[in-house]
Amino acid sequence: MLTPLLDQAALTSAQNAVEPVVKAEGVNHYFGEGSLRKQILFDINFVLQPGEIVLLTGPSGSGKTTLLTLLGALRSVQEGSLQVLGQELRGAQPSTLIQIRRQVGYIFQAHNLLRSLTAAQNVRMALELHNGLAPQQVQQRAEEMLAAVGLGDRVHSYPEQLSGGQKQRVAIARALVSHPKLVLADEPTAALDSKSGREVVTLMEKLAREQGCTILMVTHDNRILDIADRVLHMEDGRLESQAVA
Amino acid sequence: MYSLFSVAFIARRIPLAWLQLTREKIRLLVALAGIAFACILMFIQLGFQDSLLESAIRFHVALKGEIFLVSPQSNALIAMNTFSQRRLYQTLGFEGVRAISPVYVGFALWKNPETRRTRSIFVVGVDPSADLLDLPELTPDKLEEIKKADVVLFDRRSRSEFGPIPEWLESGREVVTEVGNRRVQVGGLFEMGATFGADGTILTSDLNFLRIFPQRGRGLVDIGVVQLQPGVDPDPLVRQMRALLPEDVRVLSRAEFIDMEQTYWEEGTAIGFIFGLGVVMGFIVGIVIVYQILYTDVSDHLAEYATLKAMGYTDTYLLGVVFQEAILLAGLGYIPAFALSVLLYDLTANATLLPIAMTFNRAVLVLGLAVSMCFISGAIAVRRLRAADPADIF
Repeated sequence: MLTPLLDQAALTSAQNAVEPVVKAEGVNHYFGEGSLRKQILFDINFVLQPGEIVLLTGPSGSGKTTLLTLLGALRSVQEGSLQVLGQELRGAQPSTLIQIRRQVGYIFQAHNLLRSLTAAQNVRMALELHNGLAPQQVQQRAEEMLAAVGLGDRVHSYPEQLSGGQKQRVAIARALVSHPKLVLADEPTAALDSKSGREVVTLMEKLAREQGCTILMVTHDNRILDIADRVLHMEDGRLESQAVA
Repeated sequence: MYSLFSVAFIARRIPLAWLQLTREKIRLLVALAGIAFACILMFIQLGFQDSLLESAIRFHVALKGEIFLVSPQSNALIAMNTFSQRRLYQTLGFEGVRAISPVYVGFALWKNPETRRTRSIFVVGVDPSADLLDLPELTPDKLEEIKKADVVLFDRRSRSEFGPIPEWLESGREVVTEVGNRRVQVGGLFEMGATFGADGTILTSDLNFLRIFPQRGRGLVDIGVVQLQPGVDPDPLVRQMRALLPEDVRVLSRAEFIDMEQTYWEEGTAIGFIFGLGVVMGFIVGIVIVYQILYTDVSDHLAEYATLKAMGYTDTYLLGVVFQEAILLAGLGYIPAFALSVLLYDLTANATLLPIAMTFNRAVLVLGLAVSMCFISGAIAVRRLRAADPADIF
């Protein structure tokens, strides 16, 4: 099967093997300035352990996506402490943020594939961020990853030639091909019918278990709660933990 | 198709700029047509300008001499004033001067012997026994011809409105017509070429010249040609002559003599400005077209570029993609523009008899203009990249 990449991501996570993948302490977040300033997140505390699959639920506007973008180093942390893969994100340099982004896999509600690139080229775009692989290896690994998500025969297809479920599977292949220790997914099944949605989630679970990566998935979809180790619920910017029944 | 994919795969890195540009073929073609149009516009304008400046000095280049005397009121061949030939004889007193020769120039009405219509022609009068002109076909026996009274030589590359003179002569027909109010016979042909100032040229002896222009006084010349002995440096002599000759004559080195004519056309007429404006217009049209393409490209792919940022691609990488697209557009638009311009130059040269052809310098200049055009557009278009915020794509 897939062999782990010997790159910075792997090394960093090896050093921090016993540490949690994410550790949030007293995170507050605000939007707007002056009198328009509005608090979005209130005193967020939680930990994600290696290999956990955690769902994040809650009504729209409760701050789930904001939390996700903070975790993905796409937004700067304003208050509190947020450690991702052993790195403190608060006050981190832009170069550190970019390093963190490279070690995180993202799966979006919209697939966000590059329309000008084939499935394999889209997956390669993620691999090319990590040096040390020959072009042939990169291509081989991209094709193996696509085969693992059941698209071995569509490597040369462009996104417009693929169905919604297939596009989302390419996006999963892109997120997982460099073996990230943390995958952030924002309603990956929202744009899919229930059957493809189920397939996509099962696939994510299978690959995550194989690679031992942690998944934090925002979802409204009650049908997929069974794959989770834990469910976090968010309400008005506050986090409430719920155990899975 | 598949082989093209394979090529892209073997590449060290995915050539994103190339793939983004070539994905939409029609849009790319329209963009390239626009850039090619801008390049052709610049090629044509620069070509005409160079051709004007080059054609204007054809006669100057053909004159064999190192130092030239002209009247201070002379600006160009089409606007010459005369000066006293005594000044020319005075230069014989300087050490290093081998020979001197007066040249007379003027415009007279030439009657087309076929249609009897008149048209202004450039008339040059030289001493036929002096070795003064370096022009194709101007052999010593032809110079013998113009020693005869009222015999002229005709520039075979004059515009056809002057009549089918070369054809008639070559078929053995005698060509007799009128120049000014004088009956002349065409005794032969030489080759110089039309200029912006003169559509055609005839060459004759100094004596015949004065017969065509009876109002011109003897002893007044338009150009004084000074030929030096071999190995003499003309620059110190020019300085000496300037110091010793009175103010009623201008002493010019060969380069200055040529420069005087080019400066007249470039700066003293609207022509240089018009062509310069044409180049600027082409440049601006190009910038607008390339900007449109790049801006649309960045806007269309904004979510994709934001995704790349989220994955850990740097701003520098994305800037690189936009600028690579700019360079690719410049290069791909330049190639057809170059080919078409060569063709257009050929057509223009045949239609106008002006010396217009592709030169290495101009090819490089327009390529440089095309690249900077695309770079400026790229620099404006990348501001749109700031809108690609990775925090917005979730």
